[in-house]
Amino acid sequence: MARTDAGIKTRRLTVPILDEDLASLEIGTVVYLDGVIITGREGVYKRVIEDGEEIPGDVTARSNVSFHCSPAASIDEQGNYSVGAVTATASFRFAKSLPDWFAKTDCRVIIGKGGMSPKHYRDIFVPAKAVYFTTVGYGTGALLGRGIKSVEDVFWLDELGIAQAMWVLNVENFGPLLVESDLKGNSLFEQNNKEINANIDRLYEDLKPPSLSRYGETDNKRDELI
Amino acid sequence: MIAIERVEKAAYDIMVKAGIEIPQDYEQGIRAMQTHEKGDLSYFVLEAMLENYDAAREDRRPMCADTGLPRYYVKAGNEARIEGGFIALETALRLATARATQDIPLRPNRVHPINRQDNNNNVGINAPEIDFSFEPDADWIDITTVHKGGLFGTDYRMLFPGDGIDGIKRFFLDVMIAFGKRGLACQPAIVGIGLGGSKDTCMVLGKQAACLRTVGDKNPDPEIAALEAELKEMGNSIGMGAMGFVGSSMVVDCHIEVGYTHTGGMPMSVHSFCLSSRRATARVHNDGRIEFRPDPAWFTPYMRRNTVAWQELMPA
Ligand code: SF4
Repeated sequence: MARTDAGIKTRRLTVPILDEDLASLEIGTVVYLDGVIITGREGVYKRVIEDGEEIPGDVTARSNVSFHCSPAASIDEQGNYSVGAVTATASFRFAKSLPDWFAKTDCRVIIGKGGMSPKHYRDIFVPAKAVYFTTVGYGTGALLGRGIKSVEDVFWLDELGIAQAMWVLNVENFGPLLVESDLKGNSLFEQNNKEINANIDRLYEDLKPPSLSRYGETDNKRDELI
Repeated sequence: MIAIERVEKAAYDIMVKAGIEIPQDYEQGIRAMQTHEKGDLSYFVLEAMLENYDAAREDRRPMCADTGLPRYYVKAGNEARIEGGFIALETALRLATARATQDIPLRPNRVHPINRQDNNNNVGINAPEIDFSFEPDADWIDITTVHKGGLFGTDYRMLFPGDGIDGIKRFFLDVMIAFGKRGLACQPAIVGIGLGGSKDTCMVLGKQAACLRTVGDKNPDPEIAALEAELKEMGNSIGMGAMGFVGSSMVVDCHIEVGYTHTGGMPMSVHSFCLSSRRATARVHNDGRIEFRPDPAWFTPYMRRNTVAWQELMPA
């Protein structure tokens, strides 16, 4: 059997990722990263954006990549961290925090699960010159965990707990990730959805609708729920 | 009498095994799907997942950092006696969960739904869930742990008898499409379907069908088995594959379980057991021996009995 993923491009990038690298990224490219990345989700956004707290140290100067996730980590009696695996969490939930996050941190790359809606790319990512990398699978936690060489720091661990704290991770050959959006706001998911949607009516053609319908924000199978 | 220390050890060992080692039947199912996958990106995703399973096994690290909701299923033989009784058993399972969370490590995923308090050990109010079932003529207990991702890929609907098989197919497609886009359900999945029962039974049956039956297993009722095959085929012909990319890999297998239901209704639930389909089973024998088993064998003939008394099914 021939591999069918032969046409997929792969690139390895150093963080902070340079403008010219960001500009040359094409959607659907596989990316691996070296450098420092920071994690953040509900808890971090609340502290940094709603509560207006500063991110300690100079991490935002050394990293323009932030990751929607929480690691499977534990802390031993000596206070050492061990990170076993790391898996992204669905990003669409954080859209409302991102404009302020981009402005405050100079972040240019969001890594997460599932991407954002086309409107979020247009309205939030394009003006911030930011792109989105999606994790793969999405359960590639062990592969991504391998790419974490050390935990450089962790902020707000006591206040937010292991899952919500801000982890500063040193990574090497961290991936695979897929370029989901580019600087123009093109989206790999949107492109694929268009192709799949063309087929959907055919699937329902011969099936009569149920006798009791349901309230719902959408019943159109071409729409997305995010 | 089964020593309680053996129960705790078995519960701990399967939690480690489930978190790190993908079940063989599921991995083989993914390999088989990959040979039919024509979408480049969907193929690539499956390749990455297969590498991920290897990495987890080699490094002894969790395959996915999202622990999902780790929980237990216990099948107790009618003749099994446990040191300390069922209270001791439940305590042992909670202890095993807390220990495994620290040691593997697993992400402490369990929080209070309102104040979001995290005990950092995956134990809390009603957590881990422990479901029980029973088996005649046996003196062992089977303990299965499942770590199922929880946020996407599940839905429930009250259908009516007149909606028929069309209604079942439509709702199945609705769920596949809704949660398949962008791969929110982390497909290809083992899709479990509960049909009938009361509403809560319907949810429980569908979930157990997804999590406690192996890839390749068929319902013993030929009519249900045919529907399982038809829905699987249907899911894989949507045109969507892994991560919602163009392709065909949606349903590794489809399992349906039924329960007698209200004469006027046909409730249906759909559950997706994701690319990190984590399950592991151990049998604790009466003499304390712990035996790992590849198949939870949850839905026994006794579980699916349709008669008043169990004996009526036995040969004379
Ligand atoms: S759905 Fe499964 S594979 Fe996906 S992130 Fe959750 S646990 Fe991991």
